[in-house]
Amino acid sequence: MSLTRRKFLRGTAVAGAACAVAGLAEAEERKEKTLPPKAVGLLFDSTLCVGCKACVSACREANNLHPEFNNGINLWDAPLDLSANSLTVIKAYSEGSAENKDQEQDGFAFVKKSCLHCVDPSCVSVCPVSAMTKDPVTGIVSYNPNNCIGCRYCVAACPFGVPRFEYNKTIARLRKCEMCKQRQAEGKIPACADVCPTGATLFGSERALRAEAERRHQLAVGERTFFPRKTVGSTDTYEKRAPRYDTQTYGLKEVGGTQVCYLAGVPFAKLGLPSLPEKSFVSTSEKIQHTLYKGMIAPALLFGSLLFAVRRNAKADEKEDE
Amino acid sequence: MRDGVERMIQQLNGEMPTSAERELGLSRRVFLQFCAGVAATLGLPAGAEAAIARSIVAKRRPSVIWLHLSECTGCTESMLVSEHPAIDKLILELVSLDYHETLFAGAGKQAEAARNASIAANKGKYLLVVEGAVSTKDGGIYCKIGGRTATELLNECAKDAAAVIALGSCASWGGMPSAQPNPTGCTGVSEVWKGPVVNIPGCPPNPYNFLSTVVHYITFGRFPDLDNQGRPKFAYSRLIHENCERRPHFDNGRFAEEFGDFGHRSGWCLYRLGCKGPETYANCPSALFGDAGGGCWPVGTGHPCIGCTEKGIGFEKPIHSLAELKFVTSPAFYPHIVEEQGKGVSVAAAAVLAGGAGIAIGAAAAMAKNLGKGSKPESKPAPKSEDSTDGEE
Repeated sequence: MSLTRRKFLRGTAVAGAACAVAGLAEAEERKEKTLPPKAVGLLFDSTLCVGCKACVSACREANNLHPEFNNGINLWDAPLDLSANSLTVIKAYSEGSAENKDQEQDGFAFVKKSCLHCVDPSCVSVCPVSAMTKDPVTGIVSYNPNNCIGCRYCVAACPFGVPRFEYNKTIARLRKCEMCKQRQAEGKIPACADVCPTGATLFGSERALRAEAERRHQLAVGERTFFPRKTVGSTDTYEKRAPRYDTQTYGLKEVGGTQVCYLAGVPFAKLGLPSLPEKSFVSTSEKIQHTLYKGMIAPALLFGSLLFAVRRNAKADEKEDE
Repeated sequence: MRDGVERMIQQLNGEMPTSAERELGLSRRVFLQFCAGVAATLGLPAGAEAAIARSIVAKRRPSVIWLHLSECTGCTESMLVSEHPAIDKLILELVSLDYHETLFAGAGKQAEAARNASIAANKGKYLLVVEGAVSTKDGGIYCKIGGRTATELLNECAKDAAAVIALGSCASWGGMPSAQPNPTGCTGVSEVWKGPVVNIPGCPPNPYNFLSTVVHYITFGRFPDLDNQGRPKFAYSRLIHENCERRPHFDNGRFAEEFGDFGHRSGWCLYRLGCKGPETYANCPSALFGDAGGGCWPVGTGHPCIGCTEKGIGFEKPIHSLAELKFVTSPAFYPHIVEEQGKGVSVAAAAVLAGGAGIAIGAAAAMAKNLGKGSKPESKPAPKSEDSTDGEE
């Protein structure tokens, strides 16, 4: 390539100026995100779950997924974990004799794994092509395969290990729960909440669900109360004694809050729900990024050092030429 | 227990009885079928049916006193209409039924005299079967027979009995008469009579469960193994849920949501409609409730189980309220919270990756150092690390 010194310097100056203008517009303070105005969500109450897996099979039907065999006997649908083919999975915690439901010692408990639809989702932040988006109204985190370039940054970024990639396909997509947005568009509720016989998975407005979770925490253990099924506030209820809830509602504060919240009788860590900071990872990482690019400090430094190297080398070359 | 039973079978086995036809008015085939059925219900080893057959035709015929307390006589009715061959005949001719209000021809003082006479004659040898709850409130005035309260009658009859069998849920723990608000203070036999009691709960109980218990007693001289609620284990050791014909629907999450909906018409699981199968111990799915024949048990006909054999469930929990699973059994398996899949990073793989990263960093540094130099064609050959840099450019 033949590049004169004059041409090169002119080019870098133009490029630097362009970057500076673009960068200044974005370099604003990153704020913690809050629940969208009409946020919808799910409340999973582990103490109500009986492990029937109705949600798992309904999810398959609603999302055209086929049964998954893992136990060597290809007869029973038995997903081991979330996968590109299993958007929700019921997992079991058990300890010791596993005789008592919702007890940490000698007990067992169920947990439903699926996308938690974070208020401030990491997958959306890391996606370089906006294939992952968070609906500004409902807060549903959804995925657009037409935009996706298959980088799988979302897979690495999710603190819950939710998004799964179709490694077995040539033209692969990423799969995760999208809260049955296609059903919601038809006025239905997510399939998992629709079929749950005990109301362990409950759909509704996120604010109402959080109020319901708080109501359950306020109940005395053994107190007779009514539990709704399908949607929060529905008339389809049944009476049951209030269980002992071990801890706070999971998902109110974790990584800035999630729109799928959990109640349980055993510590959440035992159910594979990690202990996470209240501040979202996204707000931290985006703040660092925005700070770095604030006033074009980082590009200026980079280009400055490159310029220095070029100048030094070019000078030496010119001397040789003379 | 097994060894003892087998020893007894050996002792009892000998020549096969031939007098059944004459004594019981049954064909030999029908009689032996009954004996085999009882042996199977009890889960006894092969050969037991012959022992049972011999015991039944032997001239033992224990005397039975049958008390009716606070109840509906449904247990007796169920026993009488049982469709298996000649069960009524067998219960009448296998034992000497000395006192039974429903089946007695006599009444009043005559009947009471027969009871007293039988107790006196068979002291310590007769079986006492109690049907119905014991009404205890206000001195027991809500259930009196021949001017005697239920408590008095029970204590009097049980005192000299060889064994006491509480037949039906009412006798077992109070059953329907003891349902809230329980105005007559009804309670189970075992609450009043402190001696050993065999409970055969059910509303009504399966006649086969009762008959098998009695036949076991007649054959081996003692009752079959009992659980902690005094129920024979052969009939009450498994949850209805465990053997339910609709169980595959539960395991696949197919629930009828309303009576008459698609799922209900398709025979799906009735759990969501309040089926108490998951918290009720009984052999209804295998022996069929009430011995009424194929498919004719509540769940088979499309109604959720009400848990009539289970104290604290039947007549206490609302029929359509959701059951609480006693424990979870499933042929399908549940994944653990953490499922190990694949293997971790090997040392060699990590070394290769680290090496690659080192080369990349070195190359980038070298490139920056030589930026602008490459414009001259006659420049010196680049060092090795520079090659990869050029490639990357």
